[in-house]
Amino acid sequence: MSVLVFIEAKSKVSKAALEAVSYGSKIGSTTVITYGNINEQELNIIGEYGGEKILVNRSLNESNDQQLTNLISAAVEHTGANVVVISQDQTGKSIGPRVAAKLNAGHVSGAISLPETANGFVVNTNVFSGKAMAKIAVHSEIKVISLLPNSHAPVKTNGSATIEEFNADLGEGKIIVKELKTQGEGIPLPEAELVVSAGRGLKGPENWGIVEDLASTIGATTACSRPVADIGWRPHHEHVGQTGIAIRPNLYIAAGISGAIQHLAGVNGSKVIVVINTDSEAPFFKAADYGIIGDAFEVLPRLNEAFKKFQSSQN
Amino acid sequence: MKLLVCISKVPDTTSKINFVDNNTKFDESGVQYIVNPYDEWYALVRALELVEKHGGTVTTITVGTNADDPTIRKALAIGANDAVRIDANPNDPFFVAKQIANYASNENFDIVLTGKETINYNGSQIGGMVAELLDVPYISLATKLDVDGETATLERDVQGGVEVVEVNTPFVLSASKGMAEQRIPNMRGIMAARTKPLNVIPAVEIENLTSVLSYSLPDAKSGCKYIDPENMDELVDLLHNEAKVI
Ligand SMILES: Cc1cc2nc3c(=O)[nH]c(=O)nc-3n(C[C@H](O)[C@H](O)[C@H](O)COP(=O)(O)OP(=O)(O)OC[C@H]3O[C@@H](n4cnc5c(N)ncnc54)[C@H](O)[C@@H]3O)c2cc1C
Repeated sequence: MSVLVFIEAKSKVSKAALEAVSYGSKIGSTTVITYGNINEQELNIIGEYGGEKILVNRSLNESNDQQLTNLISAAVEHTGANVVVISQDQTGKSIGPRVAAKLNAGHVSGAISLPETANGFVVNTNVFSGKAMAKIAVHSEIKVISLLPNSHAPVKTNGSATIEEFNADLGEGKIIVKELKTQGEGIPLPEAELVVSAGRGLKGPENWGIVEDLASTIGATTACSRPVADIGWRPHHEHVGQTGIAIRPNLYIAAGISGAIQHLAGVNGSKVIVVINTDSEAPFFKAADYGIIGDAFEVLPRLNEAFKKFQSSQN
Repeated sequence: MKLLVCISKVPDTTSKINFVDNNTKFDESGVQYIVNPYDEWYALVRALELVEKHGGTVTTITVGTNADDPTIRKALAIGANDAVRIDANPNDPFFVAKQIANYASNENFDIVLTGKETINYNGSQIGGMVAELLDVPYISLATKLDVDGETATLERDVQGGVEVVEVNTPFVLSASKGMAEQRIPNMRGIMAARTKPLNVIPAVEIENLTSVLSYSLPDAKSGCKYIDPENMDELVDLLHNEAKVI
């Protein structure tokens, strides 16, 4: 099969992008399409993860859904790809379905496995906010797969890729970007491998220092339960769960969160869950790998110290 | 202003997720359906607020069977003017998007609003597909929407931040948390909803591009290992040597 992987790489090739490239290369011969003024040295990393050829469009600088859709479909035509892979980050959510509709292609949203091709083309996906999985069969000639971040570990192949400039008629960009308000340097929640999260048990926004300290020690992203975001203790973009962001980190540490079904829905794809709660009956312990029945105000700083000790012993 | 809001029904968030018929069907027994929270709390309510301010109408659209009618009535009770239901089983996102685009293409809507995803399939697909089929811009994951004449200003979630964008109508958006606050329908709304128009339209014929073969549940956790709250060194050791995540 011939695969086209779209990645967005403003200045750096992200981990989610490498996941998509690596995933694509497991399906077939992989060409990568990207845009912007990213330098060639950075692009070379793509070759080390299985990309054979890189097409880069230098005329486009902003993520504009219609222009990106035109770019990707021109690259599909150029390469004859029959599988298109897009990482399902925010940009992926905006263009994946659009590209599929343009190509008259079946779209797999939230893919968590490689396609099985013994009998048709079947991909396992995350549904019910992680409470279940569904096997989706795609019947169209071209298939578009939106790959969930953190579901395919990128594998180094030590190959290398050729880089070509790629131009196409992209049409007009109709969305004008006025301003970008950044949320700091941290790793965005959907891509984070380590997450430290806290809930109403922390009692007030002034107490989040112990959560942030722990997160910064281990390089984790912070998250929170819904009520905490709703009352304004924490920003909305930290809200995880069924009606917030669904995440699949390697490690999820939850302090002062009861573990309501709607919260679990968004986090139970985590590989390892650590729960810290004063109430031994808190439902979250049923979903936990490691449980600490104790006061978050004491346990979080102690855990922070333990991690620091561990880190210095590793050096 | 003429606004179209896509509404779908989803199992209540406390529903037990089980499957029947050899794991090919969602087990509906005892399941209560609600309007998909993103459609209701954000897309619908913001549409109503805009029409209250600028005048106009809010129409809802659903691809579904008469099993969807109670949730459609709920959307009418919250304040939509009328509803359209395209009579078909919504089994494939492209099929659904085609039906909605087919209807919308003759109606000159200024904005088509969808929720950012449904809480059962989490597909986040319909808005983007409808936008492509109508050949208009798509603003995904929008958390804020204001309209001034033909120009709309939105905020949307992007990698690592929030983007403020401007776009002219017509366009399609998917609504995320922050766009509006949930509204509870009052008695008057519920009474009025009974007589508001719910137009049932036959579906256009389109082949499904995808289908669900089977479902499965994630492996159950093997049980929780409890650790002495005084001994966090042990936890770090387990995370490193046993779980291998640190
Ligand atoms: C339609 C719908 C959608 C929803 N979607 C979401 C969602 O996406 N995400 C989400 O999170 N919720 C969601 N909810 C809300 C959910 O039902 C719960 O109400 C919420 O998750 C509870 O948040 P919490 O655990 O922070 O607070 P609480 O339930 O109040 O729990 C606080 C916990 O902290 C513990 N605690 C107290 N003091 C301490 C201490 N000193 N140290 C350690 N532990 C302590 C308590 O024992 C308790 O277990 C949704 C609800 C509905 C109805």
